[in-house]
Amino acid sequence: MKKDLLSIDDLSGDEIHLVLDTTEAMREIGQRPIKKVPTLRGKTIVNLFYEPSTRTRTSFEIAEKRLSADTLNIAVATSSVLKGETLADTAMNIEAMAPDMIVLRHGSSGAGHLLSRICKSRIINAGDGMHEHPTQALLDAFTIREHKKRIEGLKVTIVGDLLHSRVLRSNVKLLTKLGAEVWVSGPPTFVPAGIERFGVRVSPKIDEAIAGADVIMMLRIQQERMQGAFIPSLREYFTTFGMTEARVARAKPDVIIMHPGPMNRGVEIASEVADGPYSVILEQVANGVAVRMAVLYLLAGGTQED
Amino acid sequence: MPVVMDADRMARSLTRIAHEILERNRGVEELALVGIRTRGVPLARRLARAIREINQHDVPTGALDITLYRDDLMRTAVGAQPVIHKTEIPFSIDDKQILLVDDVLYTGRTIRAALDALIEFGRPKGIQLVVLVDRGHRELPIKADYVGKNLPTSLSQSVQVHLAEIDGRDEVEIQES
Repeated sequence: MKKDLLSIDDLSGDEIHLVLDTTEAMREIGQRPIKKVPTLRGKTIVNLFYEPSTRTRTSFEIAEKRLSADTLNIAVATSSVLKGETLADTAMNIEAMAPDMIVLRHGSSGAGHLLSRICKSRIINAGDGMHEHPTQALLDAFTIREHKKRIEGLKVTIVGDLLHSRVLRSNVKLLTKLGAEVWVSGPPTFVPAGIERFGVRVSPKIDEAIAGADVIMMLRIQQERMQGAFIPSLREYFTTFGMTEARVARAKPDVIIMHPGPMNRGVEIASEVADGPYSVILEQVANGVAVRMAVLYLLAGGTQED
Repeated sequence: MPVVMDADRMARSLTRIAHEILERNRGVEELALVGIRTRGVPLARRLARAIREINQHDVPTGALDITLYRDDLMRTAVGAQPVIHKTEIPFSIDDKQILLVDDVLYTGRTIRAALDALIEFGRPKGIQLVVLVDRGHRELPIKADYVGKNLPTSLSQSVQVHLAEIDGRDEVEIQES
């Protein structure tokens, strides 16, 4: 493994499978009466979150605690950032207290790379702006592999706000690396220029994109990142791209529906679908803890450079 | 490489150990086997089979991965982390006599880790240790209750256990390293 996990690019195909296999073992720990192993005893992990997050932060914190690491959370709302400190200065100050790992969530793309250059601590990117969210893609892959027993050759369709989505970028990189056929669909304003270069098929027609799909992944409409008008209205978006039962019927009968959360019910996904039998949305959340345990464990070892 | 135990002797050792287990433990209902990954697991299964052949009783059998409890994890910053496998103990160990099974007993550190790991699953009535080979050189105060073969070795040697389920043949050999 490399020193940091900033992007799916940091992982080879073999390393991705290693993470997923390790996740399998980690998940068992969560089913024990005592959900804790002593593995990361004495390691200090700082969760540095510059953006609101419930799922990811909680998931990392539970993973860290199950591995017996000492964790501390820095939420920007209560930190010196509000007094005008830059990310680099905050990082250097945290680094001076010698943590072993920093889990960073930041609104700017590439924030993890900045920290990586400054810090000796291992950096795990928990979402940087519109760039990447590698642990989300890993937990999605784990969930897919669990249901379909493979990833290679599957048709995976990702629908929604492609432009603002770090989940999309990480998932596209991971799924294409493991040989899935990835389709994306969304209104033209949400389709990033040159996305075909990542090896995906683009279709503005959702019905075509999801025809015969093994996996459908819905992305959230990220109103907080939108500057300007991307869609006429949420209602119209739902009519054109929202995932309804009628649309799901076009996919394979054993299709699974995924969503990285938080969901906007009635915007990108109908409640009947989100709560329906093919929905694996809560499994994704459950698997998130085990995937993060696997990543923390694997990164805590030596690096390729050593 | 000298072979110190062939398939036939291995089978007889395991049958003998199965008899010893039943001789020492009156209540067969409270027995459970837990094999330490990797090669303790097939050995535990074979013991379960041997016990079944003797008295038609099925002893529940589990698999324990001790990697996350090792005392040498992350002591050196070099090299990748050891691969971890799944622990599968599909029964309650509370009030059971646990027969912990491993292939080679050496420093005792693996067993120390296994005891720590096991205790987190409950409170067994007792834990007994079964090993196919005891090669000496203990670094911790740990002793096996059932031994297939005591094998005097030097520290420069390594003991390789091969099992049909994993390696395609049953054999124990000593290598000079």
